[in-house]
Amino acid sequence: MMETVAVTRDTSKKPELHYLNNGYSVASWLLTKDHKRIAMLYLMSVSFFFMLGGIFAALIRLELMTPNSDLLEAGTYNRVFTAHGVIMVFLFLIPAIPATLGNFFVPLMIGAKDLAFPRINLLSWYLYMAGGLIAAYALMNGGVDTGWTFYVPYSTTFSNGWVLVTGLGAFVIGFSSILTGLNFIVTIHTMRAPGMTWFRLPLFIWSHYATSLIMILGTPVVAITILLLALERVAKIGIFDPAIGGDPILFQHLFWFYSHPAVYIMVLPSMGIISELIANFSRKRIFGYEFVAFSSIAIAVIGFLVWGHHLFVSGQSVYAALVFSILTLVVAIPSAVKTFNWTATLYKGSISYDTPMLYAFSFLGLFLIGGLTGLFLGTAGMDIHLSDTYFIIAHFHYVMVGSTVIGYLGGLHYWWSKMTGKQYSEFWGKISAMLVFVGFNLTFFPQFILGYLGMPRRYASYAEELQVLNIFSTAGAGVLAVGMIMPVIYLTMSLINGKDAGDNPWHLPGLEWRTSSPPPTENFYEPPVVTWEAYDFSEDNGLEPKKEVAKETV
Amino acid sequence: MQNNSWIPLFPDQASSFAWQVDALYFYIIAVCLFFGIGVVIAVFWFAMKYRETEKYASPEEIHGSNVLEITWTAIPFIIAMTIFVFGTYVFFTLYRMPADATEVYVVGKQWMWKFQHETGQREINELHIPVNTKIKLVMTTEDVIHDVFIPAFRTKADVVPGRYTYLWFEATKPGKYHLYCAEYCGLNHSGMGGWVYVMEQRDYDNWLAGNVSNQTPVEAGQDLFQNKLGCASCHQDTGSGRGPSLKGLFGKDQKLSNGQTIKVDESYIHESILNPQAQIAEGFQPIMPTFKGQVTEDQINQLVAYIKSLNPSAANSTGSNSTAKPNAPAANTATKPPATTNTNTNTTVKPAANTASNARGNK
Repeated sequence: MMETVAVTRDTSKKPELHYLNNGYSVASWLLTKDHKRIAMLYLMSVSFFFMLGGIFAALIRLELMTPNSDLLEAGTYNRVFTAHGVIMVFLFLIPAIPATLGNFFVPLMIGAKDLAFPRINLLSWYLYMAGGLIAAYALMNGGVDTGWTFYVPYSTTFSNGWVLVTGLGAFVIGFSSILTGLNFIVTIHTMRAPGMTWFRLPLFIWSHYATSLIMILGTPVVAITILLLALERVAKIGIFDPAIGGDPILFQHLFWFYSHPAVYIMVLPSMGIISELIANFSRKRIFGYEFVAFSSIAIAVIGFLVWGHHLFVSGQSVYAALVFSILTLVVAIPSAVKTFNWTATLYKGSISYDTPMLYAFSFLGLFLIGGLTGLFLGTAGMDIHLSDTYFIIAHFHYVMVGSTVIGYLGGLHYWWSKMTGKQYSEFWGKISAMLVFVGFNLTFFPQFILGYLGMPRRYASYAEELQVLNIFSTAGAGVLAVGMIMPVIYLTMSLINGKDAGDNPWHLPGLEWRTSSPPPTENFYEPPVVTWEAYDFSEDNGLEPKKEVAKETV
Repeated sequence: MQNNSWIPLFPDQASSFAWQVDALYFYIIAVCLFFGIGVVIAVFWFAMKYRETEKYASPEEIHGSNVLEITWTAIPFIIAMTIFVFGTYVFFTLYRMPADATEVYVVGKQWMWKFQHETGQREINELHIPVNTKIKLVMTTEDVIHDVFIPAFRTKADVVPGRYTYLWFEATKPGKYHLYCAEYCGLNHSGMGGWVYVMEQRDYDNWLAGNVSNQTPVEAGQDLFQNKLGCASCHQDTGSGRGPSLKGLFGKDQKLSNGQTIKVDESYIHESILNPQAQIAEGFQPIMPTFKGQVTEDQINQLVAYIKSLNPSAANSTGSNSTAKPNAPAANTATKPPATTNTNTNTTVKPAANTASNARGNK
């Protein structure tokens, strides 16, 4: 197996140049074609928008501490939850994992020098920033109060003109998403290292492949929908507004045709990260690799056929509702299969409890609740009572925050040393992972009960008897906020005074761990050749003997 | 009166099919607990038992098991299908309309619900229905999408412009239940709602006959203003609504959009309720709908009493709060006293209109 060792380099001397110190000028960042630098640009941008969206979330929870709309009046509250939704969905959740961790690690994990189209990759960041700033400006300056769903005829006839500007922002961001997806698909097809067969790909890559399929097939539909919305508003073409012959339900179909699969754009990459974390921190090949890989594809495909479950109470045909109901229950199966395989992977493993693994456990718990509560909402007869209540809010936050954000944080901690070469504080990492878990549950679990009690969503004021549960929720949001702010501090601190992490602190077999930390601009010192299966922890996987590594890093 | 007790964990069960929805709910909870607890126990067990004993170990490789994969695909699939069948049954129960129901027409508009009974009664943000009777709502909206949601009945449906949608229920327990708008509809979305009153048949008949409660005129007026008619959704105290704030208005001089100034008295309020476009306060759009046919003279009197009470100093100068009859118009319509029941709306409108035009003519 000696030929595989060529991948690793002589560890005795640190190379002078890596992607971070290879040029310090502003232009070397803003005009870079290096996928790793673009990933870092994305990391900073999505973090900024995440904090912005988080501020709006805090305002919502503070307002809902009391039944009356006292802190924010209704008009302001409506703008705040719209801003929260639009920013979190379009500017954070959709791009967060693919554009940062995916951008950074897809080429590294398949042994490529870069993505297939580096210039397009940079263009996608510029589109994202342009769209993001347009949308954020419109939301904050103009005040859009339609909710992130932009339902007609409210958005076409009854709210202010900034809706169009926000739509323009989302339209532009959509193209950034399409370009990223295109780049991943071409890269995964054509740029795998010799020996990196499809079934040797890490599951992170499979999940990104599935995500990219949704990005390039689904995003054009939301672009079309926004365009139609603009035409309806400006030219009164009569497609959505019933007053001029349109159908408002048609808008909901078009909107959810993209926006439901968009949930899988958010969740699939996170599932990919969890597969990496569970396999690597159990030091075992993932249980049922093929089933986990194909369940991602199954979710992507079936996920396109379930959008109508958002319309159970909207007046669509009851028979259409039944078709969407059964398909929705079917799409739960591949997620269940993944969960069972993750659990089985732990069996007879050698499990360590580093911060990323705590996030993986956290994910398992939260995704379990988020996924299972989806059963209630996919069941047509049950959804009638729960639709548009806080049950929905709780469910999709368990899926989007509990799964996507937790997976993102887990991945960020997991690969932080590879991205920066530095070691963050493991102590604070664990504290924050646990705070996030506790705070999250305290925030959102009471909302399931509120929902069943019948508290409608998007309410600035609510019935007095519901205050106790709302106070729990707001208190939880406080804990959650502390848990979320901590990583910003200790990760930043690690850049300033963190210890060198070493190239492969956990002695893992993936290709990304077989180059230096941070990696050189060209990713690998010599083109890698893969001769091992995914998650190969056996003694002959081409890594240095573990005993020596253990001595070196302990 | 309020049945929703302070126990914040489970909603009232007050319709014929609420128990079915709850049974479905508990069935799915049972399924969730079955899988959830199973996975959590397995994860905890493995995480404890197989924790790292040697750094960078190479544990035995296990590739997977097709038998297990098929098992844990098939079992959840079968269970999911049982949920589907149960859910479909409940779905049809809720959404298939009975043929023999009493119809109530519903119009949603930003931000109030308007109901009209087959017998002619109109209500705003309140719906009075008899217990153990099938009621079918025939619903549409004047503007955006709304949604009638009655949690205690476990049912809701969107109300869509340009078409009719339907909702049915049979209340099983007399009481007062929340009525919400569940589809976001703009500024005062959370204020668009009120109560469903489920009454014993005898009480319902009384209500139909127009017997009113024993509120004082000011209390009755406040109830109309804030809840039943939804005036407060535009006439907010803060002055930030679409209509002017009425706080402290009574007895003051009001500038109008045509440049004139008018003293706010009973007849001005009366006119503004029935013919709002006549004299618009300066700085506001002429968007207030008429309440002709929706309020009785009695109710206008109560509203006047309430608006007076918003300015205590003026109220003292023009008379006692308990004097519900407007002074100025009363003189001109002495031959046609305001009707006292809320059933014959047509006859109440006429004197009101005369009153308003006479009052204006006098100025």
